[in-house]
Amino acid sequence: MDLIRYYIRKFFKLIKTEVFVLPSRMIVLLFFLMLLALPLITDDPYSLRILILTSIFAIFAASWDLLSGFTGQMNFGHALFFGVGAYGAALLNLHFHIPPWASIPLGALAAVLAGLIIGIPCLRLRGTYLALTTLAFPIILMGIVFAIPEVTGGELGISGIDRLVRSRVAQYYITVIVMVVLVTVMWKITDSNIGIIFHAIREDEVAVRASGINTTRYKLMAFCLSGFFAGMAGGLYAHFMRIAGPSTLEVSMSFQVVIWAVFGGVVTIWGPVGAVFILFPLLEFFRFWPEYRMLLFAIVILLILLFMPQGLLVWIRDKIESECPRCKIRNVATRKNCRICDASMH
Amino acid sequence: MFADIIITSLINGSTYALLAIGFSLIFGVARIVNIAHTAFYMVAAFCIFFVTHHWGFHPIVGMLIAVPLVTLLGMVTYGIFIAPIREHEAAVLIGTIALAMALQEVMLLIFTGNYRSVPPLVQGYFTIIGVKVFYQQLITFVAALVILGALRLLLMKTRLGLAIRSTAQDREVANLMGMNESRVALYTVGISIALAGFTGAVIVPLTIVEPFMWLHPLIMMMAVVVLGGLGSIKGSFVAAYILGFAEAAVVFLIPMGAFLKGSVALSIMILVLLIRPEGLFGIVFEEER
Repeated sequence: MDLIRYYIRKFFKLIKTEVFVLPSRMIVLLFFLMLLALPLITDDPYSLRILILTSIFAIFAASWDLLSGFTGQMNFGHALFFGVGAYGAALLNLHFHIPPWASIPLGALAAVLAGLIIGIPCLRLRGTYLALTTLAFPIILMGIVFAIPEVTGGELGISGIDRLVRSRVAQYYITVIVMVVLVTVMWKITDSNIGIIFHAIREDEVAVRASGINTTRYKLMAFCLSGFFAGMAGGLYAHFMRIAGPSTLEVSMSFQVVIWAVFGGVVTIWGPVGAVFILFPLLEFFRFWPEYRMLLFAIVILLILLFMPQGLLVWIRDKIESECPRCKIRNVATRKNCRICDASMH
Repeated sequence: MFADIIITSLINGSTYALLAIGFSLIFGVARIVNIAHTAFYMVAAFCIFFVTHHWGFHPIVGMLIAVPLVTLLGMVTYGIFIAPIREHEAAVLIGTIALAMALQEVMLLIFTGNYRSVPPLVQGYFTIIGVKVFYQQLITFVAALVILGALRLLLMKTRLGLAIRSTAQDREVANLMGMNESRVALYTVGISIALAGFTGAVIVPLTIVEPFMWLHPLIMMMAVVVLGGLGSIKGSFVAAYILGFAEAAVVFLIPMGAFLKGSVALSIMILVLLIRPEGLFGIVFEEER
């Protein structure tokens, strides 16, 4: 009993000292609580559907950030992983009757394989060459999909896949929880030693290599990890929409993920996730003016970038929090002295 | 069949070459990966369609109006949206994507998504060794070559060309030598968009005009740029014809080829890159740090 009480006290202390001191952490906590509580307020299938798709794309956008944001390997063909994940899960489910809980991770493993296959030639390229080359891969795969309609369903895609679960609310909880878990895993990866090496590769690859780190191996790892998460998103998408079509491989899909990630702010993981949760419902909201929908969307992005080129969420965080000049710990912007080392904030 | 392949590949190749050279100019000088490049090509095509269909002028008038108009549009949008955020690479990237989307949507609003066409400049055809060659195809090909020649003259013989080349080589040193770097960038954007507009103008009688016509050329243009080597005009030129030929050959020789044309051309690009990561004529630069 004492032990339980001890852990409960420890938990509350942790929340009090680590979460409630920073507005950004409070926002994240509130956001997750609201996501989990939402079905209690409404069970409108349309809004749940939007949030399910948003969660799926949040995984997708965060996985782009893991690869392109952190290691700086600009990937313009991220739809490849999504598409391979979706098609992989769909084919496994349809032909081998593997249930969704297994077919989605297996599809994601197929995406890891795709990451290996494209990673190996791409590692010889850098910068813009890499970006422009990766754009080619989903298009190559799309050509193959169209060329063998017996297997892939051609333009119509593969339909008749199993549902994740029957009820919409359960689908919602599954996707949201999977999203939270996967995003946390990604965030933890980028917080670990591997993440630091990824970040270092972005800043200065030569220096990393000079420190005796095999950058090729780490870049390949970034491709595989990112492929896995994007593939999970693709598999979830296929099982939720119950169709895996060529639209998952389209150029616009690759561009969309770049837009989400950069809009939120790269090299953060939480930036792209937040950006999807802003932009995707926004795009749905613009459905009230169907013919102006994409135009409004593009204009919003252009205007916001004009004022916040590092990304919207990063900009907001810099407004409400400031970094202590001495110990580099973040504080609420209103504080005069740092909460840890008591140095003056100005 | 063989002659068809040659004609198609020459015309597609010239289009890709014009687009790719404009794209690599803008990249070399301003370090902007301009996704919206082919969107301007699409806008030019729609301009010509508008002038010929709604005002009833000859297509040549449309071309004379379209190219300056698109250039102006490109320079204005660059000045408003891209120039202020040029220091943020990632922001520029999605800025140009959003710009391309906005242009596409505006065209979709004005002209709807219907497939349109523009009449050729000169009707009729002639036959060489039993193959029909439309005059329009000849005109397009020759015009593309003329423009490429003119561009080469501009880059090699004029002071502006010198400024562009030196800025592309080293931005800081060019700045130290007294070149107004941001103005050179603006002019380069102008030239590059003009090239895109011109490509749209010469190709428009041969293609279908629709708001999504910029996507396929965008991909091929990027493949050409990578295959030829970034910043190498000769490379873009050669690579454009290689990929144009590959595409045409796949379409004519393989059943279901129309689906595979992009795949095969892009696979060729990747195979070449495996052997020569810097592209056919690219130069390996000291790594930028």
